[in-house]
Amino acid sequence: MVEFVNRGNKATKNGFGEGLLAAGERNPSVVAIGADITFSVGVNLFAERFPERFITLGIAEQNCTGVAAGLALAGKIPVFSTYGVFASLRSADQIRVSVCYNNLHVIIGGAHAGVSVGPDGATHQALEDIAVMRVLPNMTVLSPCDATQTYLLTLAAIEKLQGPVYIRFGREPMPDFTNEKMPFEIGKAQVLHDGSDLTIIATGHMTWEALQAAALLESIGIYARVVNLHTIKPIDEEVIIKAAKETGLIITAEEHQIAGGLGSAVAEIVSKYCPVRIEMIGMRNHFGESGNPRELMDKFGLSSKAIKQAALSLFKNKEKK
Amino acid sequence: MVVKAISDPSLLKRAADSIRVSIIQSLAEAGSGHLGGCLDLADIFSLLYFSILNHDPSNPQWEERDRLVLSIGHVAPVLYSTLAHSGYFPVEELLTLRKLGSRLQGHPGREHGLPGIELSAGSLGQGLSVSVGLAMAAKMDKKVWKVFCILGDGELQEGSVWEAAMAASHHKLDNLVAIIDRNGLQIDGCTENVMQLEPLQKKWNSFNWNVFECDGHDHHQMLKTFGAIPYNSGRPTVIIAHTIMGKGVSSIEGDYRWHGKAPSGEQAMEFIKEIAKE
Repeated sequence: MVEFVNRGNKATKNGFGEGLLAAGERNPSVVAIGADITFSVGVNLFAERFPERFITLGIAEQNCTGVAAGLALAGKIPVFSTYGVFASLRSADQIRVSVCYNNLHVIIGGAHAGVSVGPDGATHQALEDIAVMRVLPNMTVLSPCDATQTYLLTLAAIEKLQGPVYIRFGREPMPDFTNEKMPFEIGKAQVLHDGSDLTIIATGHMTWEALQAAALLESIGIYARVVNLHTIKPIDEEVIIKAAKETGLIITAEEHQIAGGLGSAVAEIVSKYCPVRIEMIGMRNHFGESGNPRELMDKFGLSSKAIKQAALSLFKNKEKK
Repeated sequence: MVVKAISDPSLLKRAADSIRVSIIQSLAEAGSGHLGGCLDLADIFSLLYFSILNHDPSNPQWEERDRLVLSIGHVAPVLYSTLAHSGYFPVEELLTLRKLGSRLQGHPGREHGLPGIELSAGSLGQGLSVSVGLAMAAKMDKKVWKVFCILGDGELQEGSVWEAAMAASHHKLDNLVAIIDRNGLQIDGCTENVMQLEPLQKKWNSFNWNVFECDGHDHHQMLKTFGAIPYNSGRPTVIIAHTIMGKGVSSIEGDYRWHGKAPSGEQAMEFIKEIAKE
């Protein structure tokens, strides 16, 4: 199985920045808000190209979020990006009331997702943002798997969606393996690789890890289906139910707390329609720490190896039955 | 039809009293709500909707309208009553306040479809930021419409208000007017005991805003103050309107316990009688 090849490492934040720039080129209503860290969240390209549509508001996330709501009320398409920890939590109430309750088309970029942020450590590693954002009514939550997909989803979120959108992306250059021609639809999961023994449902950086794990498993005769859940909400129930019915075992993989995140979202569907065993790979009620990205992903079990291990133990149990 | 500006203070006072009567009736019918602040804002709302705002009740989404953002969502009934008396919807609908299925939510909710509501709000400290966004959009599009934001004084204890204040002057939003309902009271008592706000004028001055103070019940004075707003000054304007909570009903005026209370049916009759007498 080599359907996907890494064309080179690229940070998903760059995909976001390029998507925002492209949307800006195509639609003069697109405006971007900066909260000081424009370069590190990928907004610099837009800011340089469209200074008159770039609004600097300083280190004030609550205000940034409210201003975005006001801009949207007046017909603009505001994009506000900052680190996911701040984007989702510092201004959570502004997102809830000013953005979501008003159902405004505000795009919130959550950068620095996961422990792969690396040396900055726990305060800057977003690990709870999916959980917080996905419970808000009207909110769409996107978590693309690589830079190319982040580009496509950012563009689609700005141009095609209505209402509030949270899009999550990372800092570290990671494998860029999807291509622009691959069909995608917001709200529809992508089956990247078919298999009948178990299903790995992954999101963000963990999708590449899931593909690697599937290859490792295949070499020992276990055939794993790999699903890329780039839209956490609205969730693709159909693909998840089908995976549960056809493979009987599910592993979820996310660079996020397992509580409230992708694993929980999948479990909500599976437990209702087709209860099967789910193993959740993710952060386990723990903060991250400093280190290099790879070391951290290994330490916290966010790797192809960890997925493979989980698959093996699940599969053994399945065989026993 | 765009509302014609009334410049006669006695007519504005009469409109304010009609608004007060509707507030009392709707709160008594609802059995809950925030009477004190609603009554004290009636004079400011009659001034805004009958004299200052450029708006059209028959076309609530008119693009060139001035925007009124009510940051203190809990005084929704003063907005609802004013909108009804301006012709946005029938006055009788005010009696559905806070009831299941009503367009008149306890705090304004746009999704319920009441015409004239610019923002769903109720969590304090958010309206000024939204107003900044609106004012920025107007500037970007070279529109002449203005943004008026109603803030409570207790609300100024929220840090996000000052983030927005900083942004408004940094971006030279002279099309933005904040109006502070300075009644000096909040749920726990006097603002100055709960968390000191003074020197309030100096605070806004130091944030580079034009600052005016006025008696929020004196239409003559308010007409003058609002008429003097320097819309081309390169700075946003704040009007600190000194008000008395519960204004118009002498037995509850200045009593913070009426911040979050509704009158009984009997009290409502008595209150309305007093307002009608004036």
